[in-house]
Amino acid sequence: MVGVLAGLLMAASASAQDRVIVMASTTSTEQSGLFAHLLPLFKRATGIDVRVVAVGTGQALDTGRRGDADVVFVHDTAAEEKFVAEGFALKRMPVMYNDFVLVGPSADPARTQGNDIAAALGKVAAAGAVFISRADKSGTHAAELRLWQATGIDVARAKPAGYRECGCGMGPALNMGSSLAAYVLTDRGTWLSFKNRGDLTVLVEGDKRLFNQYGVMVVNPAKHPHVKQALAQTFADWVVSAAGQEAIAGYKIGGQQLFFPNADR
Amino acid sequence: MSSVLKAVRLPGAGRSVDTGDLPSAPLIRLERASVRFGRVQALDEVCLTLCRGDRLALVGANGSGKTTLLRLLHGLITCDGQREMIAPAALGRAPVTAMLFQHPFLLSLSVRWNVLLGLWLHGAPRALRAERCAGALQRVGLDTLAARPARSLSGGQQQRLALARAWALQPDILLLDEPTANLDPSAKREVERLVLALADEGVTVVMSTHNLGQAKRLATRVAYLEAGRLVVDAPVDRFFNDALPREAALFLKGELPWK
Amino acid sequence: MHSIADSLLLAAQLISRADADLWRIVGLSLRVSSTACAIGALVGLCLGAWLAVAEFPGRGAAVWLVNSLLALPSVVVGLIVYLLLSRSGPLGEWGILFTPSAMVIAQSVLVVPLIAALSRRLVLDGLRDGGDQLRSLGAGPFLSALLMLVHERFGVLTVLLTAFGRAVSEVGAVMIVGGNIDGFTRVMTTAIALETSKGDLPLALALGLVLLGVVGLVNLVVVAMQGRTSLEREVYV
Repeated sequence: MVGVLAGLLMAASASAQDRVIVMASTTSTEQSGLFAHLLPLFKRATGIDVRVVAVGTGQALDTGRRGDADVVFVHDTAAEEKFVAEGFALKRMPVMYNDFVLVGPSADPARTQGNDIAAALGKVAAAGAVFISRADKSGTHAAELRLWQATGIDVARAKPAGYRECGCGMGPALNMGSSLAAYVLTDRGTWLSFKNRGDLTVLVEGDKRLFNQYGVMVVNPAKHPHVKQALAQTFADWVVSAAGQEAIAGYKIGGQQLFFPNADR
Repeated sequence: MSSVLKAVRLPGAGRSVDTGDLPSAPLIRLERASVRFGRVQALDEVCLTLCRGDRLALVGANGSGKTTLLRLLHGLITCDGQREMIAPAALGRAPVTAMLFQHPFLLSLSVRWNVLLGLWLHGAPRALRAERCAGALQRVGLDTLAARPARSLSGGQQQRLALARAWALQPDILLLDEPTANLDPSAKREVERLVLALADEGVTVVMSTHNLGQAKRLATRVAYLEAGRLVVDAPVDRFFNDALPREAALFLKGELPWK
Repeated sequence: MHSIADSLLLAAQLISRADADLWRIVGLSLRVSSTACAIGALVGLCLGAWLAVAEFPGRGAAVWLVNSLLALPSVVVGLIVYLLLSRSGPLGEWGILFTPSAMVIAQSVLVVPLIAALSRRLVLDGLRDGGDQLRSLGAGPFLSALLMLVHERFGVLTVLLTAFGRAVSEVGAVMIVGGNIDGFTRVMTTAIALETSKGDLPLALALGLVLLGVVGLVNLVVVAMQGRTSLEREVYV
């Protein structure tokens, strides 16, 4: 029995010598299908396998802090900068952005339709319409809270009448919104691949405040010496290079581009 | 409550078997042995000496301590008082004991494997195991069924298998706890015949039974137990013919009042 | 609005298409859970046998602990194993977090209490019938306990099947320690969870039906094995 276990362990560590890295990212990014498109291109270019562990943004950053990932790829600029300040990464590089949209019942009882998200949220609160919040410390949740602040509403202190916190991922939140005919703030990527829409439809989009910035960070080997820095840096460099940026722009669902590359030149 | 009678062991008890040894070499001696389970006094100051060649029958009502006495003789339980195992000079080692229970416990393996397992547990030398197993099975007439699952045998066959398993160990003492209580008459006769055959080979037999006819047929010595006390211990003919203490007499007549 | 019938159809299509991804996921589920059950059987059966016969102060507490761990939620097991195997944890050097090895370990931890508690019961029941006889033949307590497991091997098989069912159907532990990595640590249950959260409910249900079918097939094989042997057990008068 010890032999079996040792064999399993050896197999695991043998793969440590292979060109493999672990990337902590978010469920919304994975579910958008971007990685299924991007990573094979990266592998073909460099021969490196990227294993994606997709969890919430908070958990992804935590995975990086614990040293269980080599590279972190999330969309919460404030949290990422904090990560760098704490010394867990040397640098943060912007990669791309996608946008959030507000979806809701096609009848739109709160009259939110348009391209002003702050006004829309204000109307949702005023009408007491049901709004599903992810409430899971994810990048989407952080963005949602910032937008409520822009409206002047402090949801932590005074929740609007229809505000519901599910503590769940984007998909389950949309499932809930679909069955309750509620308003949900979602990223476009998840929305485009979401199959259980029911009566939900996009009501607010295009507001600059709805843009969702992604950043990539290599975990600092000073904190975690086992991190495969060279391989991870190769990934980070590729994703902001012309080839990577082009690959990102090339990802479309139903002819629609999801992610807009904006790495520093 | 009747007074405690010291068990009387009359001379001439036990037809001795010619083993080239003293006819009545003691094997196990119990001196004022008592066993208590919680609040129940299972055995009460029993004094008994088991001698080589004895065919001792234990009789008594249910709960009188027959099973406990058998288990004590085997060494499965301990007692207050003294239990002494004596190594007879001819043997040169402590006597080997084997036991049969009322419901034979057979493992869900083949007939043959049950006997082999017994030999293995006992520590019999590997080279001899197959031979002793085959010999024992033949002796009890189960050699043709050696490959059958033991649990598919009839009640009588299972008890014969238990006997074979015990026989293969070449015991000096064989203890049997109501071995034929659940068997039909022909199976009963078969088991009795085998027990006598074992005894003829020199094995000392202690058997508890409800069946007084069986005691008469098989035993050289009969002990009557009541409420954990050994009340009578006599050669078989004396037990059934001479005057007995009141409770023992009532038991024989089947008139012992329900306690 | 989809129906269960739609999912049944989808499940049949998935199987007949012999989708390579699907079979890789099914294969990993079976490999991880059966390895975990094998390890769990080794540890759990010995533990159960030992607990049935050992006498030491605190045995009652040990038995209580094992029985309570039966109800350990899989996600809690996952969390504990994750903290152990994380690079920041005591066993970080092994470097096996987010690999199938970690999943095997987590599921082994999950099934050991189950196997131990149930096999202990089997041994106790068996010893009630035959403990004296085995002792009489010369078996020590632990050997008697092991012999009882051999004696009750069909009961043991049922216990192991129960453990396998528990392992192959759990999602909490493998999700946390495996990371649900596409093409590497994704198993049936985490795939179902993923499709559910993506809102693709027909596919999720279809995968669930495939999982059910696979487990049913395993059970069928075991029943067939049992049936063959039980024919030999007919009573001959």
